[in-house]
Amino acid sequence: MELLFALAIGALTTSGVYLLLRARTFPVIMGLTLLSYGVNLFLFASGRLATGQQPVIGTAASYSDPLPQALVLTAIVIGFAMTAFLVVLSLRNLADNENDHVDGRRETAPPPSKLEQEVSGK
Amino acid sequence: MSLPLVVLLPFLGAIAAPLFAQGGRTAIAIASSVPALIALAALFPHWSVLSAGGTVLHTYEWLPALGLSFSFRLDGLALLFALLILIIGLLVIIYSHYYLSAKENVAKFYSLLLCFKGSMLGIVLSGNLLLMLIFWELTSLTSFLLISFWTHKQDARRGARMALAITGGGGLALLAGILLIGNIVGSFELDDVLAAGDLIKSHSLYPVALTLVLLGAFTKSAQFPFHFWLPHAMQAPTPISAYLHSATMVKAGIFLMARLYPALAGTEQWFYMVSFTGMATLLLGAYIAMFKHDLKGLLAYSTVSHLGLITLLLGMGTQLAAVAAIFHVINHATFKASLFMAAGIIDHETGTRDMRRINGLWRYMPHTATLAMVAASSMAGVPLLNGFLSKEMFFAESLQLNLPGLWAWVPPIVATLAGIFAVAYSARFVHDVFFNGKPVDLPKFPPHEPPRYMKFPVEILVFACIMVGVFPTISVGPLLYSAASATLGGEVPDYQLAILHGFNLPLLMSFLAFFGGLLMYTQRQRFFDFHAQLREVDGKAVFEFVVSKIEDMAHSFTGWLENGSLQRYALLLVVSVIAVAIMPLAENGFYIGENGLSPVDWPTGTAASVLIVSALATATWHRERFYALVLLSVVGLVVALGFARFSAPDLAMTQLSVEVVTIVLLMLALYYMPSWTPIESSKGQRIRDILIALAAGTGMTLITLTMLTQPFSSISEFFLENSKPGGGGTNVVNVILVDFRGFDTLGEITVLAIAALGIYAMLKNTALTPPPGDGLGHAWTRDHYPLMLRQVARPMLPLALMVSAYIFLRGHNLPGGGFIAGLITSVALILQYIASGMVWTEDRIPFRYHNVIGLGLLFATIAGAGSLAFGYPFLTTTFGYINWPVVGKFEVASALVFDLGVYLAVIGATLLALVSIGRLSPHSAIKSKMEGA
Repeated sequence: MELLFALAIGALTTSGVYLLLRARTFPVIMGLTLLSYGVNLFLFASGRLATGQQPVIGTAASYSDPLPQALVLTAIVIGFAMTAFLVVLSLRNLADNENDHVDGRRETAPPPSKLEQEVSGK
Repeated sequence: MSLPLVVLLPFLGAIAAPLFAQGGRTAIAIASSVPALIALAALFPHWSVLSAGGTVLHTYEWLPALGLSFSFRLDGLALLFALLILIIGLLVIIYSHYYLSAKENVAKFYSLLLCFKGSMLGIVLSGNLLLMLIFWELTSLTSFLLISFWTHKQDARRGARMALAITGGGGLALLAGILLIGNIVGSFELDDVLAAGDLIKSHSLYPVALTLVLLGAFTKSAQFPFHFWLPHAMQAPTPISAYLHSATMVKAGIFLMARLYPALAGTEQWFYMVSFTGMATLLLGAYIAMFKHDLKGLLAYSTVSHLGLITLLLGMGTQLAAVAAIFHVINHATFKASLFMAAGIIDHETGTRDMRRINGLWRYMPHTATLAMVAASSMAGVPLLNGFLSKEMFFAESLQLNLPGLWAWVPPIVATLAGIFAVAYSARFVHDVFFNGKPVDLPKFPPHEPPRYMKFPVEILVFACIMVGVFPTISVGPLLYSAASATLGGEVPDYQLAILHGFNLPLLMSFLAFFGGLLMYTQRQRFFDFHAQLREVDGKAVFEFVVSKIEDMAHSFTGWLENGSLQRYALLLVVSVIAVAIMPLAENGFYIGENGLSPVDWPTGTAASVLIVSALATATWHRERFYALVLLSVVGLVVALGFARFSAPDLAMTQLSVEVVTIVLLMLALYYMPSWTPIESSKGQRIRDILIALAAGTGMTLITLTMLTQPFSSISEFFLENSKPGGGGTNVVNVILVDFRGFDTLGEITVLAIAALGIYAMLKNTALTPPPGDGLGHAWTRDHYPLMLRQVARPMLPLALMVSAYIFLRGHNLPGGGFIAGLITSVALILQYIASGMVWTEDRIPFRYHNVIGLGLLFATIAGAGSLAFGYPFLTTTFGYINWPVVGKFEVASALVFDLGVYLAVIGATLLALVSIGRLSPHSAIKSKMEGA
């Protein structure tokens, strides 16, 4: 179980980091979202994996660690706020600069459509 | 108390003086004089202690752990400098009153002048080296502001910047030097440092500390090769030049060397470094002074030269030389300040400072001319004036150095040469300006005597020159003795302040200098011709060149590092994180811990596989933004399931509802954005990024695995035990959020609120037209809000609200609470927006989300502050039981109010963010308006 959990976090991190390194806003936002899933799961895992031990007094014989859960709960909500802020930042960027680059290029022409790219041999 | 007061008074005056600006220039000048008068009165009673060789010490603790204290110490040396600063400061204020025109910003001028005065007094009265350094830096800063007082002049700004760069750089060196000394001695208190001279000098770091301290002193006192800033500082108003750049600030370096004389002097390193620097400065300054056509330029280089002379005296290391150095400090301050003031008067009355145009002023201003001629004679070292006395002592000392062989001739020859130059440039000052034909093309003609009292400060100073020159023992004897004794650490050699010491070698040197100088002046044309052939190394040009080179380098480095690409920054960030993480991990290694692995059941295995595949697929197909988003939502859902699976029902519910909101948010964003990501990076870049991502992912896997299999103990036992008895709830997660760690939560919802308001602000007045199609060649659907969805969504709202109320109320005891309930309500409302459109929904919502956020934060804060009223700390909760009909016995905790605040803040923030984005497109607003109509 632990190995599986670790692999899941690894997959989330890998995908997240790869998308984080892309040149446009939207993939970067998706990458950050994936990365925060990974980080939240990791934080959560610091309380170890327990089955049927929800930290509600009186419902189980022993309880899983409630502290990481409380931390992750707020992290999820804050993560949402951060994602929303980033989305809006990129929208504002789109409105002001008419492109969604984050790689420092100042291209104002609209991005080529998929068809165009396929035609050009990619 | 009186010593700190002396330092503090000018600063208080700097604050108070501008208040008198309304009352006119006289009022502010009088107000600015008051601090100095009080300070003089406060210093006076200490004289009895000082004349007996004692010191006065006032210490207040500041940062004892750092060795920093408010320690003020008065001895003879400090008193001498304090008197110079205060008295010349007073004269400068009187002089400035006439010098500044009515248009000038006098409030700023006097305020800065007083700040400078306070800083300077701070330097000389500090009993702690660190404290002294603070004042030292303050003088650099105030000097910068004073030089650039006429901010509209480019030369003034440049000169100020150069002065700041040089003296500020020296200040850094001094800081390092002082830290070293403090480290060697174990204290920064001046008394301790002065007593530990032998310890310092025998320490292996002594040469380093000495060099650093001297760098500070040399830069401040304009010693070669740092001398070039001083002539350019002459862009300051003349009273400032007279005060800062001849009498006081440039003497700070001299003061420092005299102050630390017992601690640092008397070694070979000191002798060579200080005396040779002084010698070079003395000769160079005197030589260049002769060729300056600018009146203030001549005086500036002459100042450089005299500072070199004092430095040379201090460097010689003999006790008599040190006495002579202190004596010359007094003499130079008096004659040079008066000369600067005279130069200012001439500038004021003729409109120029060019000595090729100012000639024959004797006819127009005989009074000023007389004063200037006496002061210039003192500068040249004419007998019966104070400059002569210290120069004689200097000549005598230059003969006393025990240098090997022919070297012994160097100091006396240099001294005589410098004396010759000094006479020559003094003669030029007198003859060129007051005689030598008629004025040439003066901007103001004819010049006349300045206002009566503008000359008053000059008269005082010239009178002092004569008094000291004729009656040295009576006028300055006791003060000089006390200062010399403080400098030398108590032992004062026998010396005599006499007008004439008999016919000896020093007198011969004086004669040589006097007549050599006059001869040189008469033959000046030859020297001018000779000088014209020399290629002058312009210190300013070198400085500007170096500065612009450094600026270019910084610019190109910043441009290279900060190229505006987030991609680059993210890459650097990720790579550095990986690098930093590797170090401790490599040390401890990865391993399966004692707890081992638990078996995998097939539903969990399946879900985890779905998660892994979806995550990787999101990255693989990220170019198709819409599909990637669908895959991303799968990941989020499985994460929520994972929380449920591993005993975290609260997290599962939160994740689920956040997931819905997030996906709606990203869908909304996608509406405005291109739906297709073109390939931007080269293949090599992509392979590199994949490798980096794999490294990060592998690292996280290994860390997680290692962590998960370790046994651990948690501080959570406390929460589990006290949740029910202490917090009144059985859902420990919720009790932690609203009670144990309620302050964190308060911060968190505040952040949430700020983010939402930031979003609102950022999108206000921004219009964004969505692309006409999805980028794959498909146009958007023409359907308006789908009928089915509309019909289902409307009855959902009350149902969802009821569920959220239930979840909210039970939150303290069972999974649920403000965060989750708030998110459920948000989702229900968002559904209405999606189903029925912006306008329709907005019309039916009777409140603004800003207010909801505000109300939420208010509730949470009031709930927290309520406990203060009962004398408990912020956010202490209480609880009780009430009987609720039907439901039964119900537990109510005050934390419920706090949770209500969380609930409201979450709703407000979430909806404000989404609605702001939804409202972004004018197009959609029009469309929904049409539909609504």
